[in-house]
Amino acid sequence: MHLNFENSEDKLIVYMSGELDHHSAEEVRNIIDDRLDRDSYSKLIMDFGGVSFMDSSGIGVVIGRYKKLHMRNGKVCVTRIQSSVMFKIIMLYDDVEQAVNNI
Amino acid sequence: MCHNRIKIEFLSKSQNESFARVAVAAFASQLDPTIEEITDVKTAVSEAVTNAIIHGYDSEEEMISIEAIINGTELTVIIKDTGKGIDNLEIAMQPLYTSRPDLERSGMGFTVMETFMDGLEVKSDKGRGTSIIMKKIFNPLS
Repeated sequence: MHLNFENSEDKLIVYMSGELDHHSAEEVRNIIDDRLDRDSYSKLIMDFGGVSFMDSSGIGVVIGRYKKLHMRNGKVCVTRIQSSVMFKIIMLYDDVEQAVNNI
Repeated sequence: MCHNRIKIEFLSKSQNESFARVAVAAFASQLDPTIEEITDVKTAVSEAVTNAIIHGYDSEEEMISIEAIINGTELTVIIKDTGKGIDNLEIAMQPLYTSRPDLERSGMGFTVMETFMDGLEVKSDKGRGTSIIMKKIFNPLS
């Protein structure tokens, strides 16, 4: 798992690439938390564009960062999630018509 | 009808999670799966192996075994540990339930296995271990 960081004012941006499972989640969590604490960021943008595999450990990592930043009135958001983990359990459709026809 | 079978064993180290899912995916590749089908199998295997490592054992020096069987277009994957076993299966299988909130687990492991595979059976004996039996039917390319 590779992490690249950028920052913009009070926002920390992390570009992730590789496979996010229970094994790599621990390292990812430690590195991101370290950055968040070092410069007291309250907003985190997690980019999943390079993540080729993710299981439910990835959901744990996102929710965990949400909990952490929520305590300092911060926010978390995610971008470019390709993984099906979330949207196969709860299907995502473009519009209501598609949902009605497919659910 | 095509029939094939493999068995692998590995230590309960988290480094082996990726080995386990890639090994099963490589075995399943003879069924000419779609990328989506292979991702489903990899994700379900990853969840089951993670459960064995986190919940089944306290040590990284125990063994986890995986047996995978192909019968026609059906893949069966059996993931076994000889660890602690599950106290209450009904509770353990509920979405969002986790016995280890300290580890930032999402509690979605069994839900993922159920959703991504076509069959899931869990056998667990307190103090003797857990077996996860998952099935997936592949749609042959026409």
